Amino acid sequence: MAALRARKTNNEADQPSSPVLRFGADKPLKLDAGTLLSPFQIAYQTYGTLNDAHSNAILVCHALTGDQHVASTNPVTGKPGWWEVLIGPGRIIDTNRFFVICCNVIGGCLGSTGPASINPATGKPYGLDLPVITIRDMVRAQLMLIDHFGIEKLFCVLGGSMGGMQVLQWASSYPERVFSALPIATGARHSSQNIAFHEVGRQAVMADPDWHGGKYFEHGKRPEKGLAVARMAAHITYLSEVALHRKFGRNLQDREALTFGFDADFQIESYLRHQGMTFVDRFDANSYLYMTRSMDYFDLAADHGGRLADAFAGTKTRFCLVSFTSDWLFPTEESRSVVHALNAAGASVSFVEIETDRGHDAFLLDEPELFAAINGFIASAARARGLSL
Amino acid sequence: MRQASAHDPEKLQTFRIAIMRQEKGPTMSVNRAQRVDLEVVAGLIPPQSRVLDVGSGDGLLLELLQETKQVDGRGLELSQRGVNECVARGLSVIQGDADTDLEFYPDKGFDFVVLSQTLQATRNPKLVLDELLRIGNRAIVSFPNFGHWRVRLSLFVQGRMPVNDDLPYSWYDTPNIHFCTIRDFVNLCDELGATVEKATALDGNGQKIGLSMPWWFWNFFGQQAVFLLKR
Repeated sequence: MAALRARKTNNEADQPSSPVLRFGADKPLKLDAGTLLSPFQIAYQTYGTLNDAHSNAILVCHALTGDQHVASTNPVTGKPGWWEVLIGPGRIIDTNRFFVICCNVIGGCLGSTGPASINPATGKPYGLDLPVITIRDMVRAQLMLIDHFGIEKLFCVLGGSMGGMQVLQWASSYPERVFSALPIATGARHSSQNIAFHEVGRQAVMADPDWHGGKYFEHGKRPEKGLAVARMAAHITYLSEVALHRKFGRNLQDREALTFGFDADFQIESYLRHQGMTFVDRFDANSYLYMTRSMDYFDLAADHGGRLADAFAGTKTRFCLVSFTSDWLFPTEESRSVVHALNAAGASVSFVEIETDRGHDAFLLDEPELFAAINGFIASAARARGLSL
Repeated sequence: MRQASAHDPEKLQTFRIAIMRQEKGPTMSVNRAQRVDLEVVAGLIPPQSRVLDVGSGDGLLLELLQETKQVDGRGLELSQRGVNECVARGLSVIQGDADTDLEFYPDKGFDFVVLSQTLQATRNPKLVLDELLRIGNRAIVSFPNFGHWRVRLSLFVQGRMPVNDDLPYSWYDTPNIHFCTIRDFVNLCDELGATVEKATALDGNGQKIGLSMPWWFWNFFGQQAVFLLKR
């Protein structure tokens, strides 16, 4: 089953079930690494209908291991879209009203060009021959997709975590193309601690003998153990100590007593092992390296002489930032520093911190206060944009 | 009011009812039923202005200004609950502290900066007022007058700190740590080099006190005061 799914992941990387936009040699993607990526492709999903004025488009940016299947069944896992609690017909982001676009980022593994895609120069998967991709590269590619749809100005760009970084990058790089921006549980840079966790994950992948220097497909292998460990470590950072203890405590897994061995005695161990195992079924190990690296490299202030406010100078975009009290990956202070920079830039900005013990992952969950904030912000932006209710 | 204002009386009446209906919340440092000062504040702001409301509470003033004056309004509010409620209602509000977070705003970034019934709850009123005058082309400040005769009477006759509908807290649990009188405030404005462009005093019934009255009269009978300042 796992092998079958693995093949499916690989297929989705090159022949996705999503619509694909292909850019030939005439339209290369300029990369921050200093090279051009060409040809390349973007796999995307859309929901709803673009209105005549092209003014009702919302771009959703996905997180580290997310994909374009934001509001429809994921073809690899068979599970509902990752933000269906928020987006869909009659939902807070109502697809009867808005045209919602979500694309797999460059460097991903669900159909947009990434390390698992076939390198046309060699006929083999890119592996580590793909240049390192940055958040700005992802956004540059998304812009080409938006141009393809003939959308002059996005009504809203939103996303959480790595998706939130893309939102900030959009607002900074293309302020005139973004009417409103909703970055959630994110920051304008990746902290040292966050880089540290990512490095642990990458080292776990690369320490797996099945990784083969990134050329595992050619050896008919996949570094599943290493990637699973990476996911286990990362997953802890998405939760909070309080929530973990409430959910698992020191409960034992299917046993009456400690076994004095190294099986998964505790429920939390069993839970993490399960998280690791299911993750490798749906995600490419090299893509994980690229995704984590893109976040590590993100530092919006550094791109503007160290002054974050300059990243948003003169912006007319309406912003709403959201953070969660128990998020220790992107603590509230990270959002607050963005808010202060936006204040200094004279921007229109709202900022809510939501009290929850569900940690970083709260942005993906059914959080009524989050939905109330998004609803209020979108409704008022829609009024300002002249979109009928 | 020392100058006629051009606000919509019908909307303001609706607003007054809205204020009266609000229960006393944790975000306000004075009794909300007495927030008639907001009407006076709103009357000072021309349409389409850029307004920052410092201590925006549950967003009543911002909402009024957006509906009746189409202002570009922003809020800064200490209570996270107040902020979340405001954002859910589509207002542009952030959580922050008037004592520490005003420094992030650029010089003259707003036409008006409003501080209504919050000055007395700040740790450093002088610094806050200085920041308001820096950020806004004009500052509007409203505050409860500690020189009001009932306050004086409470101290003089009973020897007690006043507790009444307008100032509902006991001395030990009040968020209001820096009360001042109208005269004290005028002196502070002088110290900061601010010009008083308009001033209004409201009596215990929320009625404006006559324009022709001298300062000592305002200071004695004004329960609340609203100042329009410029520097």
